[in-house]
Amino acid sequence: MLRTFRIGGIHPPESKLSAGKKISLLDIPEQVIIPLAQHIGAPAQAVVKKGDVVKTGTLIGKAGGFVSANIHSSVSGKVTKIDNALDASGYKRPAVFIDVEGDEWEESIDRNGNLIKECNLSPKEIINKITEAGIVGMGGATFPTQVKLMPPPGNKAELLIINAAECEPYLTSDHSLMMEKGEEIIAGISILMKAIDTKRAVIGIEHNKPDAIAHFSNLVKGYAGMEVMPLKSRYPQGGEKQLIDAVIRRQVKSGALPISVGAVVQNVGTAFAVYEAVQKNKPLIERVVTVTGKNLSNPSNLLVRIGTPIRNLIDAAGGLPEHTGKIIGGGPMMGKALISADVPATKGSSGILILSHEETIRKPMYECIRCAKCVNVCPMGLNPTLLMDATDFKDWELAEKNYIVDCIECGSCSYTCPANRVLLDYIRLGKGKVMGIIRARKS
Amino acid sequence: MENKLIISPSPHIHGGDSIQKNMYGVLIALIPAMLVSFYYFGLGALIVSAVSITSCVMIEYLIGKFLLKKEATISDGSAILTGILLAFNLPSNLPVWIIIIGAFAAIGIGKMAFGGLGKNIFNPALAGRVFLLISFPAQMTTWPVPEPMSMHYTDGQTGATVLSLLNEGISELPSYTDMLSGNMGGSLGEVSAIALLLGLVYLLVRKIITWHIPVAIIGTVAIFTGIMYGVDPYSYANPLVHLLSGGLLLGAVFMATDYTTSPMSKTGMLVYGVGIGLLTTVIRLFGSYPEGVSFAILIMNAFTPLINNYIKPKHFGGK
Repeated sequence: MLRTFRIGGIHPPESKLSAGKKISLLDIPEQVIIPLAQHIGAPAQAVVKKGDVVKTGTLIGKAGGFVSANIHSSVSGKVTKIDNALDASGYKRPAVFIDVEGDEWEESIDRNGNLIKECNLSPKEIINKITEAGIVGMGGATFPTQVKLMPPPGNKAELLIINAAECEPYLTSDHSLMMEKGEEIIAGISILMKAIDTKRAVIGIEHNKPDAIAHFSNLVKGYAGMEVMPLKSRYPQGGEKQLIDAVIRRQVKSGALPISVGAVVQNVGTAFAVYEAVQKNKPLIERVVTVTGKNLSNPSNLLVRIGTPIRNLIDAAGGLPEHTGKIIGGGPMMGKALISADVPATKGSSGILILSHEETIRKPMYECIRCAKCVNVCPMGLNPTLLMDATDFKDWELAEKNYIVDCIECGSCSYTCPANRVLLDYIRLGKGKVMGIIRARKS
Repeated sequence: MENKLIISPSPHIHGGDSIQKNMYGVLIALIPAMLVSFYYFGLGALIVSAVSITSCVMIEYLIGKFLLKKEATISDGSAILTGILLAFNLPSNLPVWIIIIGAFAAIGIGKMAFGGLGKNIFNPALAGRVFLLISFPAQMTTWPVPEPMSMHYTDGQTGATVLSLLNEGISELPSYTDMLSGNMGGSLGEVSAIALLLGLVYLLVRKIITWHIPVAIIGTVAIFTGIMYGVDPYSYANPLVHLLSGGLLLGAVFMATDYTTSPMSKTGMLVYGVGIGLLTTVIRLFGSYPEGVSFAILIMNAFTPLINNYIKPKHFGGK
């Protein structure tokens, strides 16, 4: 029996149209727009100004706090302005505009493709390099990686869990990276193990990727303490708490961190970025993005420089189809609908999904029939319909008592509801309200 | 074209489930029992079903249109379902006018008075049935004797049910084969255990319901009646007779599992099911009514909000 998390979950059609496609290199655009807020936490502060000449890999934004990340130029050229630009969040936020000239890299970056397995740095040195390189969680959550590697005092990581579930339908960027950069990822994992001083790492891969399971089972043989765990395909297995439950059968309590059960979770793409940062001195300036959709002529996995307009990615995958209903940054379950195709790809862009009107249209909503299907699928063991009502009636006490802040916004409830109720829309609203109330109470 | 991009929060896809799919799924699960009732009770079953369905749908339509002045809700299939379930709980010789009163009690009082689908506290079909049972006790407890492809309606020969025989202390019961296939007196949809179990399998496979409520009810009745039978086999019937007779299977599979009136958490469903099982057995063995499933379900319906309030789903990372 394959393991999976023990509460709720759904299995939407996988629709991995770009599975098995090789990663192709996307041309460098004429201009990049690099947002200074690509991560959770404080935005980076620009350290360049209009007219500055930058190289590929030059630091252009310095982390703006403990929970923040450095930003580097993904191209060489001239800074034309630092101004607000529309990004994937739908807001206009500060970004660095760079006109591309050539592709000249910082000399410190090792562009040689040879594999370096050995790493003789201390944990502190590793974490410093990761911090320098501006690495964030590549699965889409974009939490600054170094913060997760520095557990609060008194906590000790027993194991590292590598998130290779890629449970979102359509997305294949992690899968393609695993097939092509397996050895680098493994080397990255061993660096991460060293950084948190643990002897054990488990790579959780859903069994809808048998080639990746086979490949990695083979690769880990040379490394002590590293194992591959095939997992039953189930959404949202890539959720941090769900993955920990699936792998070590322990549930992180409400409001607690994964380290409370001895686990540190890192995405497989993050492990690759860590390898490049530590062994090659390469900051996070490019990533693999899945560009997909049933009406796209050529769904692809593209290696993209950060700051490239989404439009260029879509063009490389066959161009924006007519009757496009939504352009989604991320997958269909947790991704964000983009306002325009001109927003730039960022560190958290795991995929671009094009859906037609028909695929994404919301049907009319009916009264709740209390079928409890939302309760059955909620991976956090919540009662979504109760939380929706509590939000509707502005009964914040009831919402808090029923753990609204534990909602991971996976959308399984809304996906499942036979009455087409927009449960998550309400719950998200209520969660924000209740979190505000809790913060106010604490201060 | 791009100015027409849809912007709405995630999730961006839907699983395609709908109220209709669930309601019509239950209707499909009811087909075996319906065919059996047509076979054993013939014309009577046909007339009772047709009148019950038509009046339930009509009453919902009229109330929706003229009293609530809301959009028509009859297309969701729930009124048809209530109609069939009400018919299944009636004897096949019940006069048309009584059925219409029952439909009014079911839909008008049991469902629409509370605000329609999703708002009602009591199972509408059972509310209708119990209303009739109390109002017309004689007509509601004369049971036509099964007669394959019978052309009788209100003029057929009548007899007793297994439970009324037991209640009067008579031990000459139909054979197990007859009880399984449905060759015995009773409400028209309750007689065939095999047909009802087929329906249960379908509901479980389609994931329209989970196993918790039916298993809790059937298990509780089996254990409770088993203990009593073990204590005194001369006064009490064996558990198998209890499981196969009366409305137990119909109630456990189709009535108690009604979405709106049953609890939402798995543990809550088990508590609710055990409650129904206990009450049913108490009424059957110690009460003056021979059958207690309807009362048991309605009583536990009333406890459902309380169960929901106290028994929450198992919270991730919770105790």
